[in-house]
Amino acid sequence: MSDADSTFGNRGNRDASVVNPHGRGTIDGSRKSGPTGPGKAGDPFLIGENMSGGYGRGPDILHDCTIAVEKGEIAVIVGPNGAGKSTAMKAIFGMLDLRKGSVRLDGRDITALNPQDRVKAGMGFVPQVNNIFPSMTVEENLEMGAFIRSDDIRETMEQVFELFPAVAEKRRQAAGELSGGQRQQVAVGRALMTRPDVLMLDEPTAGVSPIVMDELFDRIIAIARGGMPVLMVEQNAQQAMNIADKAYVLVQGANAHTGTGQELMANDEVRRTFLGG
Amino acid sequence: MDILNAIVALLNFVIIPATAYGAQLALGALGVTLIYGILRFSNFAHGDTMAFGTAITILATWGLQAAGVSLGPLPTALLALPVGMAATALLVLATDRAVYRFYRVKKAAPIILVMASVGVMFVMNGLTRLLIGVDEERFADGARFVIDVRSFREMTGLQEGLALRTTQLLTVVIAFVVVWALFWFLNRTKSGKAMRAYSDNEDLALLSGIDPERVVRMTWIIAASLATIAGVLYGLDKSFKAFNYFQILLPIFAAAIVGGLGSPLGAIAGGFVVAYSEVAITYPWLKIAGYLFPGWQPDGLLQLLGTEYKFAVSFVILIVVLLFKPTGLFRGKSV
Repeated sequence: MSDADSTFGNRGNRDASVVNPHGRGTIDGSRKSGPTGPGKAGDPFLIGENMSGGYGRGPDILHDCTIAVEKGEIAVIVGPNGAGKSTAMKAIFGMLDLRKGSVRLDGRDITALNPQDRVKAGMGFVPQVNNIFPSMTVEENLEMGAFIRSDDIRETMEQVFELFPAVAEKRRQAAGELSGGQRQQVAVGRALMTRPDVLMLDEPTAGVSPIVMDELFDRIIAIARGGMPVLMVEQNAQQAMNIADKAYVLVQGANAHTGTGQELMANDEVRRTFLGG
Repeated sequence: MDILNAIVALLNFVIIPATAYGAQLALGALGVTLIYGILRFSNFAHGDTMAFGTAITILATWGLQAAGVSLGPLPTALLALPVGMAATALLVLATDRAVYRFYRVKKAAPIILVMASVGVMFVMNGLTRLLIGVDEERFADGARFVIDVRSFREMTGLQEGLALRTTQLLTVVIAFVVVWALFWFLNRTKSGKAMRAYSDNEDLALLSGIDPERVVRMTWIIAASLATIAGVLYGLDKSFKAFNYFQILLPIFAAAIVGGLGSPLGAIAGGFVVAYSEVAITYPWLKIAGYLFPGWQPDGLLQLLGTEYKFAVSFVILIVVLLFKPTGLFRGKSV
């Protein structure tokens, strides 16, 4: 609406004594879910097929884009800046209006579900930024991750703390006070708390140091080896390809190359364009 | 003896009234701060929400009194309070449905919600006057004093008397219980934590499966209940007049901002800071000075500001805080 309105320099919207822009959402939480349909025979565990769409009434960002992940695998989405990697993730999670295409999970067509109901359907999502509750403690962050569960969550919480011992020591500290790498661990841990059937990570290593990045990759591999399919967007194409069972190279919102990590690493064109040599 | 008299006078004229007033402001500011923290705008209709809740409570009190129901030494209004809270909660939920939800779904700029709340304020303002009129209503019944001046004098033999009104004691006790319950709710229950999570990060709350509309509803219900309790306590302590509730919005906002908008603990501290400043600055200190410095005979009443100007105190506090510590005493969300 008038967010971009420059009347009076948009001062009203920046005056923290009357408005609180802190933590404002962008997803429409009032959208109701539609019905789910049957999936297609021979589908991968999670697939967003031929997705086309953009934000609101804006132009299409995705063009016939297909992303899928099989059980027990790590699939990564790589590509240049602005290729629509994060947008593809959001589309799979229902945060984008699809004009074409469908999303299917575990033999069900979930295209009409809103994001809340996709969480209940078994999807876990870690956004790229703003992926923790900063004023709440680490433990409360994890508790909120398990919001939809009504059973005992202590065991899952211990598993998360086992996976990320560094944040286990800080469980009573506000998550916003932790270092960048630890925040990412809390963010991944929060998503794991629902015990999702598939975990989606949007650039989990953005803005962390190389050492922390390696450690995070190790953890993500450990999660995938535990049987949980992982779909992630990654900026560090080289490292992502190394751990990927399946890799998607997106260019301008469309699939440019698809294959196993090894195949794409061996592909000259991909190497030249995206891996720098 | 003179020092004792000075202390008693201080208690009687400054500390006790300011504590009761502070508790009322704190409850009001808690509602404002909750809406600011969770719904993300300053709700200008809060004062009139208090007025509406109090008006309904008064009507229910009259009904109970007519039916011959009473609480003995306690005011009958306490029995009517739940009725007022429920009616106010329904009204604000209906308002949210009719007004705020539209802007929320559109993701409108937050200042639009603030302006919408000004409109809601005027409508509620009129609604309250239609319901109960514009006159002053006194609805406190039951025992008037816990300690009255004469029996205090007889008991202690001091020259100064001390009065503790039932409504003052009640205000502080109820405020304490309500605040404790609110903090327990926000920090210990799943729903309360969900509200804090939504306040921290709306999108992530949604991605955790928290239903945002449910959080919004809970926030309105809690804010309406706090507003009604604050309004009824204020009305019992002083009197009910719709216009006064519109005016009290200023000290309430001052309290919320002094404490740090979005911080519940800050709202309470802010309520007391504003109340003590207001009472201390408008109180004529001549009598107490007379006890402490018997030789000193000042010309005036030693009153810094006439009581007519008490709202100026809130204004000054507001400006000083916004200039020097805009985040408030307890770091709120307004950074």
